[in-house]
Amino acid sequence: MSALPIVLFLIIFPFIVAFLMLIIPVNPKANRVRNAIAYISAVLIMIGVGILVAQWAMGGSQPIYLYANTEFADHMTLVGEFVLMIVVTFLSFKYHRAWVSILSIVPTLAIAYLEIWGPKTQSMEEMSRIYIDHLAILMCIIIGIIGSLIVIYAVGYMHGYHHYAHSWVADRRNYFFMVLFIILGAMFGFVLSNSLTWIQFFWETTSVCAFLLIGYTREDIAIKNSFRVLWMNLLGGCALTIGIFVFAYSQMSVSFQDLITYAVNADGGKKAIAMIPVALIAFAALTMAAQLPFSTWVLGAMVAPTPSSALLDSATMVKAGIYVLFRLAPAMHGTITGNMISFVGGFTFLAASFMAIAQSDGKKVLAMSTISNLGLMVACAGMGTPETIWAGSFLMIFHAVSKSLLFQDIGATENSLGSRDVEAMHGLLYRLPMLATCMFIGIAGTFLAPFGMLISKWSALRASVDENNIIMTLMVVFGSATTSFYWTKWLGKLIAVTNEKPVKDITKPNEKISIIIHTVMMIALCIFVPLLTTAYVQPMLNEMFPSGKGAQVLPTSILYLLVLLIVFVFAVPAIAYLFSKNMKANEKLSYMSGINTGHDDGFTNSFGGETKLQLSNYYFKDVFGQRKLMLPCQLLTASVIIVMLCMIIGGAF
Amino acid sequence: MVTRIILILCYILLAPCLGGILEGFDRKISARMQGRIGPPIRQPFFDVIKLYKKQYIVVNHSVHFLLLSYAALMILTGCMFYGGTDLLLCFFVLSTAATFLYFAAVITNSPYSTIGAQRELVQMMAYEPAVLLTAVGFYLATGSFNVSNIIHSDYSLIVKMPGFFAAFVFIMTIKMRKSPFDTSASHHPHQELVKGITTEMGGKNLGVFNITEWYENIFLLGVVALFIINKNPWSYLAAVLVILAVYFLEILIDNTCARVKWELMLKMTWFVTLLCSGLNLLILMLVR
Repeated sequence: MSALPIVLFLIIFPFIVAFLMLIIPVNPKANRVRNAIAYISAVLIMIGVGILVAQWAMGGSQPIYLYANTEFADHMTLVGEFVLMIVVTFLSFKYHRAWVSILSIVPTLAIAYLEIWGPKTQSMEEMSRIYIDHLAILMCIIIGIIGSLIVIYAVGYMHGYHHYAHSWVADRRNYFFMVLFIILGAMFGFVLSNSLTWIQFFWETTSVCAFLLIGYTREDIAIKNSFRVLWMNLLGGCALTIGIFVFAYSQMSVSFQDLITYAVNADGGKKAIAMIPVALIAFAALTMAAQLPFSTWVLGAMVAPTPSSALLDSATMVKAGIYVLFRLAPAMHGTITGNMISFVGGFTFLAASFMAIAQSDGKKVLAMSTISNLGLMVACAGMGTPETIWAGSFLMIFHAVSKSLLFQDIGATENSLGSRDVEAMHGLLYRLPMLATCMFIGIAGTFLAPFGMLISKWSALRASVDENNIIMTLMVVFGSATTSFYWTKWLGKLIAVTNEKPVKDITKPNEKISIIIHTVMMIALCIFVPLLTTAYVQPMLNEMFPSGKGAQVLPTSILYLLVLLIVFVFAVPAIAYLFSKNMKANEKLSYMSGINTGHDDGFTNSFGGETKLQLSNYYFKDVFGQRKLMLPCQLLTASVIIVMLCMIIGGAF
Repeated sequence: MVTRIILILCYILLAPCLGGILEGFDRKISARMQGRIGPPIRQPFFDVIKLYKKQYIVVNHSVHFLLLSYAALMILTGCMFYGGTDLLLCFFVLSTAATFLYFAAVITNSPYSTIGAQRELVQMMAYEPAVLLTAVGFYLATGSFNVSNIIHSDYSLIVKMPGFFAAFVFIMTIKMRKSPFDTSASHHPHQELVKGITTEMGGKNLGVFNITEWYENIFLLGVVALFIINKNPWSYLAAVLVILAVYFLEILIDNTCARVKWELMLKMTWFVTLLCSGLNLLILMLVR
C-alpha cells in the first residue's frame, strides 16, 4: 500500500480542521464543540503519524519517494504563496510597516516566475515531491505527538488564560486554534517535502503563522514583536528563494535530495558553486533556528499565550531550521559554510547561556535556554560528521520533550500563581506540588547528569575534540558551566521551604494530561537511550552518510552505565529519605543572628519592628544582562555571517 | 577486574582515613604558619566522632537525606574514578553530587545558608570549565577518557599537559574550600556569611558533610596523581610526592591570601583556564 494517502492526510487534514476552528464562533456553547473537534483532530493526527511510521517501518524503513508528476499540487502551493503574500502585505500596511511586505512580495514573485517560466526538464517534471526517510519520520513523530499534545493542553490553557490571568485580552480563540492547526499542517508539509519550492511555501506559512500567533493579544508590544518574527523569518525565506534560484538554474533541479547529493559529490570549482545554494539555505535555517543575530525573535515570542510559545520554540518552528541544517550537514562537512554555521551555533550556545543567567522571568529563561540549546544543535550540524549529528539528534529529541513540558508547566503555573517569575516560585513544591514536581523533572532532565540532555552535551564535546575544533571545545565547556548555573538556581527556588499558603491549583485536567504524558516521556527517554540509539539514530546516520561508517560517539556500554546511574540517582535520595524519615530531631529556627522573629520568615529590624525575610537568587544583571551582551553578540555574529557569505559566494567565481 | 574491585573497596574504606589525616596535617601546618602549636593530627577524627554524639538539631528534616545523597554520589564518583571508568563521566557525576549539596543548603530557607549556596554555585561555574578541559586534555594526550588506559601511558602526562595541570591545581583551591576562594563557606563563624553553606548543618549533618569532603579531596588528589602516573612503578612514588607538594601549596595559599569577591574569583579562574588549559589544548590539537 502506498504511503501517499496518509501523507496527504497529515498535510491537508490540519488545514481543514483549521477552517472548522475559525468558523465556530466564540461563546460558551460553541466553545464546547470546538474543543471537542480539537481533541478529536489532535488524536487523529497522532494516529495518522502512527500509521505513517508503521507503513514506513513495514517497508523495511527504506526511504520512500512519492508524488511525481503533479501539476495540480504545484499550482496549489503557488496559490497559497499568493494568499500569504496578500495577508502579509495587508497587515504590514495596516500596522504601518510597509517595508516588511517587500520581503514577502519578492520571493513570492520569484517563485512564481520560476514555476511558470523557469527551466522545465524531464527530470524536474518527474521529481518526487515527497521524500520520507528516518529524519523526516523523526520530525513527524515530534510534530505529531508533541504538537498534538500542545493542542490538547491549549484547550484548557486558553480557558484559564481568558478567565483568570489575562481577562482583558479579547477572546479570539477560534482564530488562535485555527493558526495552531495551520502550523501543524505546514510543519508536516515542511519535513515531508522534497521539492524546494514546496519547502519555500511551507516556510512562508510557518513564518506567517508565528507572526499571527505572537500578535494574538494585539497589544503594542505584541505587534512589535510579531513583526520582528515576520521580517526575520521572511528574510530567511528570501535567502532560501535565492538559493533555490541559483540551484534551479545551475543544475536544472529543485529537488532537495539532488542538491545534497550534488553538493556532497561535487569537487573543485563545481563544489564552490554547489555550496552557494547550500550556504544560502543554511543561512535561512539560521533565522528560523533563532541563532544570533536573529535570536531576539524567540524572546519577543514570549508575549504570546504559552501554548504558542511551546509550539513555536520547542516542537515545531525552530526545529524546522534544525531539520534543514541536519539535511545539509553531510554537504557542509569541512567547508567554509560548515565553519560559519558551527561557529555561529557554538557562539549562540555560549552567549545565550550567559544571558539566561541574568533572566528572572521563567519564560525568558526558557527562551534563552532554547536559543542556547538550538545553538549547540546548529553547531553539531555545521561540523557535519556522523558523531556530531548523533549528538545533535539526541539534543533535538530531548529538547523537544523537555522544553514543551517546561513551557506548558510554566503556563499552568502562571495561571494559578499569577506570576511566572522564578523568584515567585519560592517553595513552589509545597504550594503547587504537581506542577512543581513536573517542572523539577523537566529541568533535571535538561542538564543534570546522568539524564538525557547531558548525553548530547557530552557527545558534542567529544565530537568537537575529535574534529580538532578548539573554539567549539572551549565554547561547549564554558557554555556547559553557565547552563548548570542558571538551571540549578531555579531548582533551588522550587524546593526551598516556605510559610506561604498553598495556591489553588486551577490547572484543567487536559492540561494535566498533557503535562503528565510529557513527564513520563521525559523519564522514558532517559531510560531508553541505548535502545533509541541502536534502533533508530544509528540507522538514520547510516542513511545520511552512506559512505562513512556510522559512528556512535559514546559506546553502548557507557550508555548502559548511564542508565544504571539514572537508577542510582533516583534510588539514593529515595533510600536516604526513607532512612532518615523517622529520625528523631530537635527542630529549631534558622540562624538570623539571633533576631529571628519566630516563624522563620522574618527578623527584628533596627526599629524593633518585623521585616519579612526575602531570599533571592543571584542574577548578575550588570555582568550578564541581555541589554549589555545582546548587541555586541549580534554585531559579532552578523559580521561573521556577512564576511563568510561573501567569501563563499565570491570564492565560486 | 579483581584489582579494580580491591581499589574501589580501598577507596571506600581508606579515603576518609587518609582525608582525615591529611586534614590533621593541614591544621597542624596552618597553625605553625600562624605561630600556634595547633591540634593533634587525630583531631579531625575526634571532631567528627563528637559531631555524631551531639544532639540532633535540624532546621529542616530534608537536609539529612539530601546530604546523604550528596555523600553517596561523591563516593560513587570516587569509586568510578578508582575503578578506572570514563573520566568525563566521573566529573559529570561530581557536579550532580555538588547539586545535592546545593539543595541541602537552600531547602532550609535560611539566609546565611542560602547566600553560601548561591556562592557555591558561582564556584561551580568557575571551576567546571577547567575540570572538563582536564578530561579533554587526557583524552588528547592518550586517546582515551578511561582512567584505566590513562595510567598505562609510556611517560608522565604532565610533560604533555603542564597547562592543564596548572589550571587544575588552581581550581583545587576552590574545590578544597581554601582562601582566597572560600567564598561559599568560611572556617570561622564570625564573618560576613557566618558559616555559609554549612550554617544550618549541625551534629550528624555536619559530620556527613566533613566525611564527604574527605572523600572528595582524595578523589581530587587522585586526579592530580593521574598527571604523574605511568607504566613505571616508581611513578607512583613520584605521584605521592607531587600530591603532598600540591597539598602543601594549597595550605600555603590558604594562609597567605585574603578572601576575594566572587567576580574576581570568576575572572581569575576563567582567565587562568583559558590561558593555561586553552593554550595547552591548542598545542595538543596542533601536534596530534
